[in-house]
Amino acid sequence: MFRKVRYVMVIDTKKCVGCAACVFACKQENNVPEGYCRDWIEQEVRGTFPVLTMENRSQRCQHCDSPPCVYACPTGASHVGTGGITLVYKDLCTGCKACIAACPYDARYLHPDGYVDKCTFCEHRVKVGMQPACVAVCPTNCLHFGDVNDPNSNVRKLLDTRRSHTQKSELGTQPQLYWLD
Amino acid sequence: MAKKPHGNGLSRRSFLSLSAALAAGTVAGNVLRWTQPATASASILDPGMTATPSFCEVCFWKCGIDAWTNAQGKLVQITGHASHPLSNGRLCPRGTGGMGQLYDPDRIKQPMLRDGDTWRAVSWDEALGFVAKRMEAIKAKWGPESVALVNHGHGASFLQHMMKAWGAPVTSAPSWAQCRGPRDAAFQVTYGRPVGSPEFTDIENARFMVLVGSHLGENMHNTQVQEFARFVERGGELAVVDPRFSVAAGKAKWWLPIRPGTDLALLLAWIRLLVTEGTYNKAFVEQHCTGLPELTAAVSPYTPEWAYTQTGIEPDVIREVARRLAMNAPNALVHPGRRTNWYGDDTQRARAVAILNALLGNFGQRGGFWLGHRFSVGRYPYPAYPKADEAFEAKMRKHFPLAEETPTQYLRDHTLAGDDPPIKGWLVYGTDLLNNFPHKEKTIEAFKQLELLVVVETMPIELTGWADVVLPDTTYLERFDDLHTPTWKVPYVALRQPVVQPLYDSKPVWWIARELGLRLGLQKYFPWKNVEEYLDTRLRTAGLSLADLKAKGVVTKDAPPPYTDRPTFHTRSGKVELYSHTLAQLGFDAIPKYTPPAEPPPGFFRLLIGRVPVHSFGRTTNNRVLTEIMSENHLWVNAVTARDFGLTNGQYVRVVNQDGVQSDPVKVKVTQRIRPDSVFLPHGFGRQTPKLHQAYHKGTADNDLITRIVVDPIMGGTSTNTNFVTFIQEPRKRQASAEDA
Repeated sequence: MFRKVRYVMVIDTKKCVGCAACVFACKQENNVPEGYCRDWIEQEVRGTFPVLTMENRSQRCQHCDSPPCVYACPTGASHVGTGGITLVYKDLCTGCKACIAACPYDARYLHPDGYVDKCTFCEHRVKVGMQPACVAVCPTNCLHFGDVNDPNSNVRKLLDTRRSHTQKSELGTQPQLYWLD
Repeated sequence: MAKKPHGNGLSRRSFLSLSAALAAGTVAGNVLRWTQPATASASILDPGMTATPSFCEVCFWKCGIDAWTNAQGKLVQITGHASHPLSNGRLCPRGTGGMGQLYDPDRIKQPMLRDGDTWRAVSWDEALGFVAKRMEAIKAKWGPESVALVNHGHGASFLQHMMKAWGAPVTSAPSWAQCRGPRDAAFQVTYGRPVGSPEFTDIENARFMVLVGSHLGENMHNTQVQEFARFVERGGELAVVDPRFSVAAGKAKWWLPIRPGTDLALLLAWIRLLVTEGTYNKAFVEQHCTGLPELTAAVSPYTPEWAYTQTGIEPDVIREVARRLAMNAPNALVHPGRRTNWYGDDTQRARAVAILNALLGNFGQRGGFWLGHRFSVGRYPYPAYPKADEAFEAKMRKHFPLAEETPTQYLRDHTLAGDDPPIKGWLVYGTDLLNNFPHKEKTIEAFKQLELLVVVETMPIELTGWADVVLPDTTYLERFDDLHTPTWKVPYVALRQPVVQPLYDSKPVWWIARELGLRLGLQKYFPWKNVEEYLDTRLRTAGLSLADLKAKGVVTKDAPPPYTDRPTFHTRSGKVELYSHTLAQLGFDAIPKYTPPAEPPPGFFRLLIGRVPVHSFGRTTNNRVLTEIMSENHLWVNAVTARDFGLTNGQYVRVVNQDGVQSDPVKVKVTQRIRPDSVFLPHGFGRQTPKLHQAYHKGTADNDLITRIVVDPIMGGTSTNTNFVTFIQEPRKRQASAEDA
């Protein structure tokens, strides 16, 4: 039976310590130039001393089901690849930055070589059955990646058994990074 | 009386920056800008990529790595080794950025010899010949004990061997007095074994854990953080005692923002609750402990209400945590921490931690302390070492009876005072002595007393400026080292091997030790021609070969689970000593007693120091890969304090300590995450030599502000948290007008 592959990431912020190993691993695997990154850490602290909460988040492109960046792209460079991964054809990209303006998650940057660059879920690794570099390195194992349509996948099981939310879901982007509550 | 620096005797040495006399070509090399990207990186799937298994040394945890080189042989990526028990395929940010250490353009590139008031680049032969001659001259005059080895890290083992073979017993590592010593001494006294490294804590299986000042998650020891995350995932309950809302505190059910310096009051209150309420692990205590009656009597004054007056922690919270500890025992753990030199009474505080754990009966239990295994590999069949003079150690032990290792400041003070036996030479390996222990001006004075200061280093750190000889070490990515066989849940043997050939004219430390040994006439102690022969000989005793290890990086062995209901204790009584006869005999408190900490002067704030996840002390602050995320330290200031002083987030400020020592400008981090009476400064920044292009004057050095020290009388630890600072407000108006002009 035909089953459509849909790659998602499920993130457990309770385990994340915000160490940034994911950032270094991504930069190396994807040769991201100095001063730029495809994934990053947000540390949100709420409250007033001594009543405080903290959340550490490893952030990246949300690989939306309804991707505003793809809709905004005038050349067709931004596109949706296999498994719903949002990608950019370097050769078609003119660096106009319309997608950067359209992305509500600030997940894209203009590469010094003149094209827009972003997280690819390490598509090149996924294709050969490997995990994205950030997922593979994480010492806390707080990042989970896989095919949400595969009933046996780790991500499917996590989403079935634990509550989760997505970010800025009110925008209708249908983001595919799921944050476990 | 002026003497020539290389004259016959007590030369007064002066600081000589390594840049002073480099040839023009090298100077040009020093102004090279780091080009984009920080290192040429590439996917591990790219054609021509090869993985070399080895183990890391960005910190001392020694995780297994796969180091990926591209078709040109350049190291482009480092990942966690899949079957290494300390990494399990994963890696911390520092280890991931290890190539920044290898390809640091500021590295020392050739052996340098002090020649009057200038440096001369010399051959290895000349450099080692000089060192050997000086060492022999010192030996002839004062004996081999007059040359000390000051070292840190796995590479030091070959130098240690060389020094023992030469008959030199004096050795020291700052990691004792300036880090883990207090808790190791306390556990030695209580359980008859130190905590050691890696720690034998079963974090992942604990149902309840208390961290006292330990900031797992910012302190990125890979396996510990992996276990910590599993602990959180499994629903383990956590209480964190810390004046700062650490990342770990952010995951805790109870954050106890304790008044700094009062941890012992809290621990004693917990001990009292367990013994008076009868909730301690009776079976364990009856079977394995001695001194319960004495303990019960000694802790009777320490009620939760009393502890509240000291710590600021509500009595109900103190009671609740004690109950949770007891309820979850023996699968409950009070983590002994690692860097425990805080207030000078640290061994006693760590003793209280040890006692508390004993009351939980968690020794040898899941979620407590596991009792692991070691992969047995034979030593190399060297001849016996010559008998060493023990006068220095005996003297040191008189000062610090339970110091398992020589406190480095003791060696410094001994050297400076010219005490008997006189210390006339220091051989320094892999340790940043002017930044990792206090009173650097005294350390420099001690250097001036030396006949010989040899620094074996990869980086032109401040210390190198005082050396007679600087020998360029290789990084951990360019050399073989001795095998690593620590005690762990699973026994394993791991190999460090070169990923790339040594850069520049650097040499592996085994080679340096051997060549120096041969020049000192120690041929019979270096029968092997190269380290591969040495390693293979050792591995064959365990039925392995170097070829195996080169291919696999690590070999593990099956072992029973590291738990037991019948633990043994190598204390004098053969039991866990709640009341310590050893301490009593030495005239120390047999059961810890609380003394309140000194209060900050009015308008001053307690200076606390600690770590950040992307750096390993000063060792990484020049690493171009890691500094991309954090290039300077921030001074954490509570929002209320900041408002009082008119400080805004991100502004630069200088602080001054109680003794008038000023910091360099440091960025303020205005935060709710710290008590209003304290400030926090990550360690390792504020480098003061322009030779470290990336780190120079980035942030400020905590070590300079730590001028008031309380020395732990039991094991020689030097306190860090006994200093106070206040802010120097830059007169903004005047500054602005000066700029206008």
